[in-house]
Amino acid sequence: MIEEKFDAIVVGAGMAGNAAALTMAEGGMKVLQLERGEYSGSKNVQGAILYADMLEKLVPDFREDAPLERHLVEQRFWMMDDRSHTGLHYRSEDFNEEKPNRYTIIRAQFDKWFSQKVREAGATVLCETTVTELVRDDSGKVIGVKADRRDGEIHGDIVVLAEGVNGMLGTRAGLRERPKPEKVALAVKEMHFLPRETIEARFNLRGDEGVVIEAVGTISRGMTGMGFIYANKECISLGIGCLVADFQRTGETPYGLLDRFRRHPSVAPLIEGSEVKEYSAHLIPEGGFKAIPQLYGNGWVVIGDAAQLNNTIHREGSNLAMTSGQIAAEAILKIKSRNQPMIPHNLVLYKKMLDESFVIKDLRKYKDMPALMHTRSQNFFLTYPQLVSKAMQNFVRVDGTPKIDKEKLALKSFTNARSRSGLFGDAFRLVRAWR
Amino acid sequence: MSIELSTRVEDKLFNNRYLVDTGRPHIKVRPHAKPSTQLLSMLKACPARCYELSEDGQVEATVDGCIECGTCRIICEETGDIEWSYPRGGYGVLFKFG
Repeated sequence: MIEEKFDAIVVGAGMAGNAAALTMAEGGMKVLQLERGEYSGSKNVQGAILYADMLEKLVPDFREDAPLERHLVEQRFWMMDDRSHTGLHYRSEDFNEEKPNRYTIIRAQFDKWFSQKVREAGATVLCETTVTELVRDDSGKVIGVKADRRDGEIHGDIVVLAEGVNGMLGTRAGLRERPKPEKVALAVKEMHFLPRETIEARFNLRGDEGVVIEAVGTISRGMTGMGFIYANKECISLGIGCLVADFQRTGETPYGLLDRFRRHPSVAPLIEGSEVKEYSAHLIPEGGFKAIPQLYGNGWVVIGDAAQLNNTIHREGSNLAMTSGQIAAEAILKIKSRNQPMIPHNLVLYKKMLDESFVIKDLRKYKDMPALMHTRSQNFFLTYPQLVSKAMQNFVRVDGTPKIDKEKLALKSFTNARSRSGLFGDAFRLVRAWR
Repeated sequence: MSIELSTRVEDKLFNNRYLVDTGRPHIKVRPHAKPSTQLLSMLKACPARCYELSEDGQVEATVDGCIECGTCRIICEETGDIEWSYPRGGYGVLFKFG
């Protein structure tokens, strides 16, 4: 039993929780972090891409010892139909820089490293401990937690909820709503192992260079979703995610979708002969700006995925998690330095600081995109990819048809499928939501 | 392309590590005569295929292979069809890569 009282209790040891615990511990606070997995990372699932900038602000010299996989030099976007893909690839030698901007990582390994930094900063990290309940005083202020494997209550001046997208504490305590099926995606992923030379040859990579493929199209069977292929050093992360509401509506199976993606003629040669060593699944917050819950209250703040902080359009989440954790911690440190209580009147500082950061600014920019992508999923994820594929094939196949007729044919296939006003409307709505 | 290629989710789960909390499933299906549409959708939507239809038409959950994504909680907790809690500390799926 822990008799002590802590300055802060952090629930969860993912990106957000580790960032917050690290920042508060470095700021001299007495921090307790609770994690239900056997170590930080053992319950955490992500693609995964690490954005260096946000980590650099927390651990400036992370490149020296963090378990990084490959630095990304190339991004491929694919629009797929059942037999083809149309690609937009961007590769630049500029990404072979002294301090690369993006890396692929393996979360279980990365988080273990991150957690070590948290411990070194002086925080107490208890793993294999599931927090079951928030403890409140008579006024309703959150003053601590109850956890299994520990008797009694653990008290802290502030409870930082970094419990992930499926966090139960905050929802059970009525601090925020449970995410709705149309506001979260379910992604499934396999880890395909291959010799590193094979990966480098297949993906056109030298040394530690890496590449990311992100794909939309008929692979999601008309649902709002995306497939991804990330090259790690000796394995390939291959996965696909779609909105939970769409799975519910269509009766598609996540593993069926994954297998179809894996067997696609554009994908199969990349992973041929691989050994699959893990199959995982995770929810991704997709509701964007409009789904962000109340971020602070009497004795608590919520950060990362638990606060739905995820940028669907740019597929950024772990960086928003880290930054929200850091900002919450900085706000808490500031309040503590003034000897003020952790009450809403003071904790609003966290929200103010977050509003000023890229986290909320980016999410606000795309506030209408999730709804657009969901309500028009048939057009954006099925019809257009098929039309683009047809048009591209028409463009490259040489068969004696005059080019002018080919162009007319391509245009006609678009207007037949969506009508001129439909095309215009889709483009208009897309531009408006993007602005 | 309507041929349904065989997918055995058991083969996928076989590679994962678990520490099963025997006798203490973290997801419980509420006893029912006729399953709700939400509960029925879990037969397909669960990525670990933890949900099965019994011979007398009820939905049952076997959570040993659960990968703790929470999809069933998102779909079925609100209707009261299931009770979802995290496994006790240290138990459940143990990701090597994540």
